[in-house]
Amino acid sequence: MNRFAKLYDAIDSTTSTNAKVAAMARYFGEAPPADAAWAVFFLTGRRLKRLLPYAAIHDWTIAATGLPSWIIEESYSVVGDGAETAALVLDQLAIVENTAPLPLAAWVGDRILSLRTMDPHTQRERVTAWWAPLDRLQRFVLLKLITGEFRVGVSQTLVVRALAQAWDLPVATVAARLMGDWTPTADWFASLSSSESTDVDQSRPYPFFLASPLEEDVSTLGDPADWILEWKWDGIRAQLVKRGGAIHLWSRGEELITHRFPEIVAAATHLPDGAVLDGEVLAFRDDRPLPFSALQQRIGRQKQVAQMARAVPVVFMTYDLLEKDGEDIRNLPLSERRERLIGLLPPGVLRPSPIVVEGSWEALAEVRTESRTRGVEGLMLKRASSAYGVGRKRGDWWKWKIEPYTIDAVLIYAQPGSGKRASLLTDYTFGVWDQGELVPVAKAYSGLSNEEIAEMDRWIRRHTVERFGPVRHVEPVHVFELGFEGIARSSRHRAGIAVRFPRMLRWRKDKRPEEADTLENVRRLLESATER
Amino acid sequence: MLVETPDGLFCPAGDFFIDPWNPVGRAVITHAHGDHARHGSAAYLCAAPGAGLLRRRLGPDAQIESAPYGQRLRLGGVTVSFHPAGHVLGSAQIRVEGEDGVWVAAGDYKRAADPTCAPFEPVPCDTFITESTFGLPIYRWDATGSVIADIFGWWQSNAGEGRSSVLFCYTIGKAQRVLAELARHTDASVFVHGMMLPMIEAYRDEGVSLLPVKPATDQPRGTSFAGELILAPLPARGTPWMRRLGTHSDAFASGLMRVRGVRRQRAFDRGFVLSDHADWPALLQSINDAGASRVLATHGHAEPLARFLQEQGREAGVIRTAWEGEGAEE
Repeated sequence: MNRFAKLYDAIDSTTSTNAKVAAMARYFGEAPPADAAWAVFFLTGRRLKRLLPYAAIHDWTIAATGLPSWIIEESYSVVGDGAETAALVLDQLAIVENTAPLPLAAWVGDRILSLRTMDPHTQRERVTAWWAPLDRLQRFVLLKLITGEFRVGVSQTLVVRALAQAWDLPVATVAARLMGDWTPTADWFASLSSSESTDVDQSRPYPFFLASPLEEDVSTLGDPADWILEWKWDGIRAQLVKRGGAIHLWSRGEELITHRFPEIVAAATHLPDGAVLDGEVLAFRDDRPLPFSALQQRIGRQKQVAQMARAVPVVFMTYDLLEKDGEDIRNLPLSERRERLIGLLPPGVLRPSPIVVEGSWEALAEVRTESRTRGVEGLMLKRASSAYGVGRKRGDWWKWKIEPYTIDAVLIYAQPGSGKRASLLTDYTFGVWDQGELVPVAKAYSGLSNEEIAEMDRWIRRHTVERFGPVRHVEPVHVFELGFEGIARSSRHRAGIAVRFPRMLRWRKDKRPEEADTLENVRRLLESATER
Repeated sequence: MLVETPDGLFCPAGDFFIDPWNPVGRAVITHAHGDHARHGSAAYLCAAPGAGLLRRRLGPDAQIESAPYGQRLRLGGVTVSFHPAGHVLGSAQIRVEGEDGVWVAAGDYKRAADPTCAPFEPVPCDTFITESTFGLPIYRWDATGSVIADIFGWWQSNAGEGRSSVLFCYTIGKAQRVLAELARHTDASVFVHGMMLPMIEAYRDEGVSLLPVKPATDQPRGTSFAGELILAPLPARGTPWMRRLGTHSDAFASGLMRVRGVRRQRAFDRGFVLSDHADWPALLQSINDAGASRVLATHGHAEPLARFLQEQGREAGVIRTAWEGEGAEE
């Protein structure tokens, strides 16, 4: 645990990617394989199911320190992180003389996982005894692990680089071995480093190839004939894997979502064996996509899958073929992969994502303006000769999205951000006018520059009308242009609508609050969205 | 005895302000940091060891008088004296005695040992005005020696890799404290940003022993800073001045660095938790030591500190300040 906590600290105390990779590579070279296996598990963002709620840690911290609950909450609003708040406050407890330090694998296997079956009283006894001999850093890491909130500033790509560096293996080999389902054991870690090619786990998807947002003018891309254009669907990116007769559906977040979509599994039984498709799970009815909010109902439900499948039918909009007859064909040009794909798809739920063909960029730009009425987010531009790469590599795949919906709204509440923005008031709630009153319609956190955030922070502190815990009600003065990706009816929001991915586009210093939008205007956007 | 006004804390019986933020007639100053010593007042009064710093901040024309720690001065109907606060050179708690008893305005203070200034001295009083910059139980400082060892280790490991080490710190107090403490590890010279030189000189004038320094600004073109430690004020960060320093690692020495999110938000490579303010236990200790029946908190987390004290059965309140930015140290 100490070694792992030190690794965490080393990663956390540098902004240099190379230094992070070097620290991890050193760790993987030195740590016992059983510990290293768990380290890979945590560093790649996998979590133990939340074993304990943060509320339990909060209560035990109060009991251990005798501090009032509200001051821990006040501290939390500065720190922005529950485990860190507790670890900082617990610093006032002396560190009990250390017994033999326990390796990470034993911490997880013998201690942390056993919390699941304990009653709350025993949990409290155990955890408070465990933290006694630990220093601040180890306490922090322990609390992160048991609340299931361990996060560190490395991506899976960096972990892959570090492992590849530690063993001198190709990055692609390590990346493939880390995909899909695995259990962090010493044997697994050993197989990860094997220089021989092993039987690839039957369920394993390929690393997703990601597109970058197109920022340059589209005409800089050259001849449109060199590009394959598709609609940018607003669904769940996924890989459909069929090997050895078994079917697995993986989301881009590498979550298995097979059982949520029985109709896709049924359709995939007609695929030949040894095939991997890349595409989008999309709520779809009467030949057109439904808004993302419809699809969300399918994700949220654990039960009543069949019933929901009738209410919200889905398709798998397929745009790529990565494996055929058990052979990895990612290095073939996209145009050839597409050809093989079309011959493979049975009619019905597995649909080919249509290719948009126009002669010129001007004509394509024109077509792109139809995106909203078609229920898509814009166009995807993929170079016809491109291989299927790993991660986000600029140059071959671009997303050319349409402008989002926009409204002008007034800042009404602010509260501290979390993580690195914890000491700044960066989480804003915006309202629009309804019968002379500002009704909250959206919360947004991003879109301002650091200078603007600092300026806003100072202003808010001086113009707070009222405080409710960490939330400040501010004078309604500032107008912001907000952009969002989607809009839907909602009974849970006071305004009766919910917006998707809201963000601040511009601080409208030129507008007075009276000039902000009304709820009626926003409802009109909703109508135009549902008509489509 | 002391009342809040739009210009700051005012003593009607003595006709003076303490650390006013607007120009007034007579300003009694706790210490020379920018949020306590403002330009434009007709006359200033401070503790003797801080007069040099105050002169450098306010310029040659300011009318500055000073008194040694402990000396009692009669101002109008009250008696005023300065007592060491341990914050920076010449920092003082201001004791005011009058018909309404004894008030102490502690200004900024700390309890940790600091070779560059006189240690905090508890002053018994009826009303104690305490700072609360770090008035939450998450703020607790590690021993200075271990933080300084970390700074030295960081410098040496950067030097081993051919990088320079840029340590951002406040121009008055923190820079000199680092220079004094590092003398336990090395006698090497340290480069400093030009803005820091006059304030370092003011410390030397008062007989404070510091590592030798060289201005990072006047070196000939092409001078290599590889392996060197450079102290710089925060406003220099990201300016063209930094270019001359070559490949470097940067760090900030401040109590604010106690919170991981703050360090990440500012994107420093390293954050060293070294503060010239009282941490939570030192605040409570000092409030106890003062033995006051009433405590007023100001700066930073004043509300939570006051509420905590109230719940402990003390009479406590908050004094507003024009300096609302959390953790403004200078």
